Amino acid sequence: MSFDQSDVEKIAHLARLAVPEEEAKKLSGDLSRILDLVAQMEQVDTSAVEPMAHPLHMTQRLREDTVTEENHRELYQSIAPATENGLYLVPKVIE
Amino acid sequence: MMHEKTITELAAGLQAREFTSVELTQHFLDRIGTLDEELNSFITITPELALGEARAADARIAAGNAGPLTGIPVAHKDIYCTSGVKTSCGSRMLDNFTAPYDAHVVSMLREAGAVMLGKTNMDEFAMGSTSESSFYGPVKNPWNRERVPGGSSGGSAAAVAAGLCAAATGTDTGGSIRQPAAHCGITGLKPTYGRVSRYGMIAYASSLDQGGPMAKTAEDAALLLQAMAGFDKRDSTCSESPVPDYSATLNDSIEGLKIGLPAEYFDAGLDEGVRKSVEEAVELYRSLGAEVREISLPNTGLAVASYYVVAPAECSSNLSRYDGVRFGHRCEDPKDLEDLYKRSRSEGFGAEVKRRIMIGTYVLSAGYYDAFYLKAQKIRHLISDDFRKAFEEVDVIMGPASPTTAVALGEMADDPVSMYLSDVYTVMTNMAGLPGISIPVAPVEGMPVGLQITGNYFDEARLLNIAHRFQQNSDWHTKMPEGV
Repeated sequence: MSFDQSDVEKIAHLARLAVPEEEAKKLSGDLSRILDLVAQMEQVDTSAVEPMAHPLHMTQRLREDTVTEENHRELYQSIAPATENGLYLVPKVIE
Repeated sequence: MMHEKTITELAAGLQAREFTSVELTQHFLDRIGTLDEELNSFITITPELALGEARAADARIAAGNAGPLTGIPVAHKDIYCTSGVKTSCGSRMLDNFTAPYDAHVVSMLREAGAVMLGKTNMDEFAMGSTSESSFYGPVKNPWNRERVPGGSSGGSAAAVAAGLCAAATGTDTGGSIRQPAAHCGITGLKPTYGRVSRYGMIAYASSLDQGGPMAKTAEDAALLLQAMAGFDKRDSTCSESPVPDYSATLNDSIEGLKIGLPAEYFDAGLDEGVRKSVEEAVELYRSLGAEVREISLPNTGLAVASYYVVAPAECSSNLSRYDGVRFGHRCEDPKDLEDLYKRSRSEGFGAEVKRRIMIGTYVLSAGYYDAFYLKAQKIRHLISDDFRKAFEEVDVIMGPASPTTAVALGEMADDPVSMYLSDVYTVMTNMAGLPGISIPVAPVEGMPVGLQITGNYFDEARLLNIAHRFQQNSDWHTKMPEGV
């Protein structure tokens, strides 16, 4: 499995990471080696095996459809990088 | 000295008024002050908070309503949210993050009266096996300052080993409690998936993450697990199965115990010294009346490969929440929203976290899901079946926690794949969701070695019993490193 720099750029964009060119080269080597390791999975035929998503084979617990969470806006926004009038601030999205 | 005592001994001392919790807490704070500049096992120390909790504990002891953990100074891995206290997860991303609430584990230990000394250092977002990827610098192994303590709960392991706290909490996604416990010569228990609530424990890979205790002895680990375990509705995968009394069965006989040794855990990749120590430990069990037989876990060779698909996939999803908008690091002067996301994340995350996010993003991207994530989940099923079959024949499985003793600082820094491969004996347990414990056995060239004991689902009481019986018949758990 080999990952070139353009693959790295594509994946980095999907993950919303900025990867400078000088890092992309090292990263493409690292990721290729990791995927070579992962490729060991191909040794085994799993066509008849069910996937296992959860160790305890449990079903999702449901709760009553009632309000359980209180409003913590002030507390939670006290640790936010930028807020105004109870809103989170981000750069302008719509011109 | 107070820091050499177990929790059980300290609790007796507190009850007998030999010392107060304030004195005990100050003793540990002084030791952190003297020794931790070099070891770097703590990210945050909370002396005022600790002394306040110690005074409250002393009042509770005086009033006669103390439990076994009341007044005992502990440390929390910095992955557990602590209300009003910085919770960094070893990352620049959360360097400015003060948690708005307590993790379930933190609340439970506080309710039990334990005193929090501070937050321990760790691999960034628990991704690593050496505790070197922390934004706050590497942790040193107290047994040899040029070696790593293991990871990711390396700060907790080093702090317990060096007597900087009576015990600590850890988390284990692929071995992060058991492997550092092994490398630092302490006892570390990873409970069954779902036994301990993940509420307030910063997520890495949600179907694998599990919190647990790190302590000097199995007896101490039993007391801690008693406080930590149990149903919590705030974790949707927390188990409702009843919590037994873990201390009650510690002394049970292990006569007739059936121990399985997986042939795959003793193959060519295992260091000869480690093999010898583990075999000696198994011999001790034989002399205590256990029956030992060889078993097979045929899919061991696929564990690392499938783990490094499942864990990064879940990590890439979990870590998408760090966007520079609601909390955590935000870049300066973002030119637009995409720039805000990309630069905040790239500045906030270190190299190993970025590697895992990218691998996870890749394996989950359109067209690759079946070949990677689904395939890994199928292999997970095979691994789980290997254990199910093994537990039809034996009660517990024993083997090394790690193929070698602790490696030198920097030895694996540039080689993620060889670091991943060193997780071979521990990731299996997480993939299946089983409980496992590591206890100290004979060291190799002065460095600690851990015996890993894996049990069936919710068999923590038996693991603690088996570990305790070993510790009653050996003294490796009483050894402390020189110079601490």
